[in-house]
Amino acid sequence: MSSPEWNNPVVKWVDDRLPVFSLMHHSTAGYPTPRNLSYWWNFGSLALTVLIVMVVTGIFLVMSYTPHVDMAFDSVERIMRDVNYGWLIRYIHMNGASMFFIVVYIHIFRGLYYGSYKGPREILWILGVVILLLMMGTAFMGYVLPWGQMSLWGATVITNLFSAFPIVGDFIVTLLWGGFSVDNPTLNRFFSLHYLLPFVLFAVVGLHLWALHAVKSNNPLGVEMKQPEDSIPFHPYFTIKDLFGMGLFFMFFLFFVFWAPNFFGEPDNYIPANPMVTPPHIVPEWYFLPFYAILRAITFDIFIIPAKLGGVLAMFASIILLMVLPWLDRSKVKSCKFRPVYKWFFWILFLDCIFLGYLGKKPAEGSYIIMAQLATLYYFAHFLVILPLMSKIEKVVDLPESISAAVLKKSEDA
Amino acid sequence: MRKLFIAAVAALTLSASAAQAAGGAYVPELKDVNWSFEGFFGQYDQKQLRRGFQIYNEVCSACHSLRLVAYRNLSALGFTEDEIKEIAAEKSIRLPHGDAGALLNDDGEFFTREAKPSDKFVSPFPNDAAAIDANGALPPDLSLVAKSRLGGPEYLYSFLMGYMDEVPEEVAHQKGFILNEDKSFNIYFPGYYTSMPPQMMDELVEYEDGTEATAVQHAEDIVAFLNWAAEPELDERKSLGLKVMLFLLVLTAMLYALKRKIWADVKH
Repeated sequence: MSSPEWNNPVVKWVDDRLPVFSLMHHSTAGYPTPRNLSYWWNFGSLALTVLIVMVVTGIFLVMSYTPHVDMAFDSVERIMRDVNYGWLIRYIHMNGASMFFIVVYIHIFRGLYYGSYKGPREILWILGVVILLLMMGTAFMGYVLPWGQMSLWGATVITNLFSAFPIVGDFIVTLLWGGFSVDNPTLNRFFSLHYLLPFVLFAVVGLHLWALHAVKSNNPLGVEMKQPEDSIPFHPYFTIKDLFGMGLFFMFFLFFVFWAPNFFGEPDNYIPANPMVTPPHIVPEWYFLPFYAILRAITFDIFIIPAKLGGVLAMFASIILLMVLPWLDRSKVKSCKFRPVYKWFFWILFLDCIFLGYLGKKPAEGSYIIMAQLATLYYFAHFLVILPLMSKIEKVVDLPESISAAVLKKSEDA
Repeated sequence: MRKLFIAAVAALTLSASAAQAAGGAYVPELKDVNWSFEGFFGQYDQKQLRRGFQIYNEVCSACHSLRLVAYRNLSALGFTEDEIKEIAAEKSIRLPHGDAGALLNDDGEFFTREAKPSDKFVSPFPNDAAAIDANGALPPDLSLVAKSRLGGPEYLYSFLMGYMDEVPEEVAHQKGFILNEDKSFNIYFPGYYTSMPPQMMDELVEYEDGTEATAVQHAEDIVAFLNWAAEPELDERKSLGLKVMLFLLVLTAMLYALKRKIWADVKH
C-alpha cells in the first residue's frame, strides 16, 4: 500500500524527512484487517490499554512511595489516605494488574481457539509468550512493594523456588534477595525491576505489533486474506469497534475500583510484613494459581530429579511449552470452527486450567494432590499427545474459499 | 539455603494443614449486619461513626492503637476544628528530649507535649513489647483491621459478639480441643481462644447523642467506625464511582451508535 500524497505543506515537509504521518497512515487507514473479526479480537488493544493505564498510575504512585522495609507499608497507606485521589490511583493500579491478566488470558485462549499461533504467526505468538512471562515477573514484584504479610511471605516462597536448581540455585536465590533472606535489599531491587520491566514490556509489545503488521490479523475463519474484498481498513472500522469495547471494559474494570477494590486481593496484605509471624495461608494472586497448582502437584522424584526441582521445572515448562505450540499442532486448519473434534479438547483444556486455578487455592493435601496431579498430567498431555495426534487423525470440515465468500454466504443465509 | 527452603516449604505445608484444620474446625457463619455503607449507594452514617469513635476513645484505645488515623481526620465525623483540638489535647506525646537537651525532666520523667490535630492517634503503649507485657498478647492496631480480616466488618461484628460462657458441643467434641481458663472463648476467633476479654455489654458507654446503649448497638457502631478508619475514602469513592459510571454509560452508548453507523454498509 503506497503512502498518500500529503496536501498540507507542513505535513509533507515533515513526512519527507521523518515519515511519521505515513507510518500512522499505514497502521490505521491503510492497514488491511479481516472484515470478519469478532469481539474476541478486541482483547489485544484492551491489553495495550491496560498496560498504559498501569504505567501511568504506576508513575504517580512512585512519586509518593518509599521503597524501604520500615516505610513502604505506611507510605502506601499515606497514598490511600493523604495523597489527593491517591486511593483512586492505587486502586486502579492494584485492580489493573488483575484486569491485565483477565484480558491477556482471554487474548491467549482466543489465539488457541482460532489457531492464531500457526504459520505465518509463529514469532508473533512467541513474542506473546515472552510478554506473558514479563507480565508475571512484573506483577509478582509489584505485589511485594506494599510490604504486607503476603508481600513478604509470597516473595519468600516464590524466590525460594530457585534454590531447587542444582549448583546455581543457592547463588540465584542470594542474588534475588541481595542477602540471606527477603529483606530491604530484596524490596529495593524488586522496586527497581518493577519500574524497569514495564518498559521492556512496551518494547516487546512493539515487536509483537510489528510482527502483527507484517503478517496481519488472523480471523475467526482462520483463512488468510487473499483478495481486497476480504479486508477493511483498520481505521475507522476497528478504531471505533475497539473504542466501544474499551467503554464496556472500563465499566467492568472501574466497577471493581469503586465498589469492590479489594475483591481480588488477600486481606492479609493489609497487615504489615512481619518476618516472625507466618500467615496461616500463603497463596499467590489468583492469576498465578494454575501454575502454583502445577508446582505443588509434583510430590515425587522423577528419576534423578528431586520432587521440588520437578515441580519448579513443570511450572516453567507449562509456560515455555506454549512457545513450541506452532510445531506441536501440525493441522493445516487454524480455526476450531472447522475442527469438530479438537474443538472439544480446547474446551477441556480451558476447564482444566480453571480447575488447576481452583486447586492452586486449596491446600496441597490428600485428594487435592491427586486431583492436581491428574489436572497437570492432562495439561501436558493436551499439548504433547492430544494436539500432535489430532493433527494426524482429525477429519476437518471443508474451509470456505475466502473470507469474503463466507461473509457473503452468511449474509445471504440471514 | 536448603534449610531455608525446607523452612519455607514447611511453612507452606503447615499453613496448608492449618487451613485444613480450620476447614474442619467448627466455625458458624458470620453474622450479617445491614451496614449503612453497604451496596452501590451506601454511605457512612456520620452519627454512627461518632458513636463508634466515642467507644474507641473511651474503651478500645486503652489497649489498641489506631496509628494510621490522624486527629484531623475526625473532621469527616463532623467534629469542628476546636473540638478536634480538644480531643487531641487530651493525649500527650512523649518527646525524645526537652528544650535544653535533657532526656528526662526534673521529676525523672519523659518530656511530653499535647497532641495536635496534625498528629496521628497516640498509641496506648510506647512499643509492642510494652503492649504485650501489659496485655499478655499484642492487641492489634485497628487502623486496617476492617480490611485485613476475611469477612471485613461482618467478621469484626461477629467476633465482638462471638464470646461464649460455655464451649458449644460442636467445638468441645473436636479432636485436640483443650479448655483454656486463662483466655476468653470466642467462636469466631481462629483457635477459639483470645486474650481479649469480651467488651460488648449494655451501657458500655453513655452515648452523647442519647442512643440506647445496648451491646448490639455498641458492636455495630464500633465496627462502622473501624470500617471508616480502614476506608475513610468510601463515601467519596462510591459517589465518584456513580458519576464515572454514568459518564461511561453515556459515552459507551454513543460509541456503540457510532460503531453501528460506521459499520452499517459492511457485511461482516
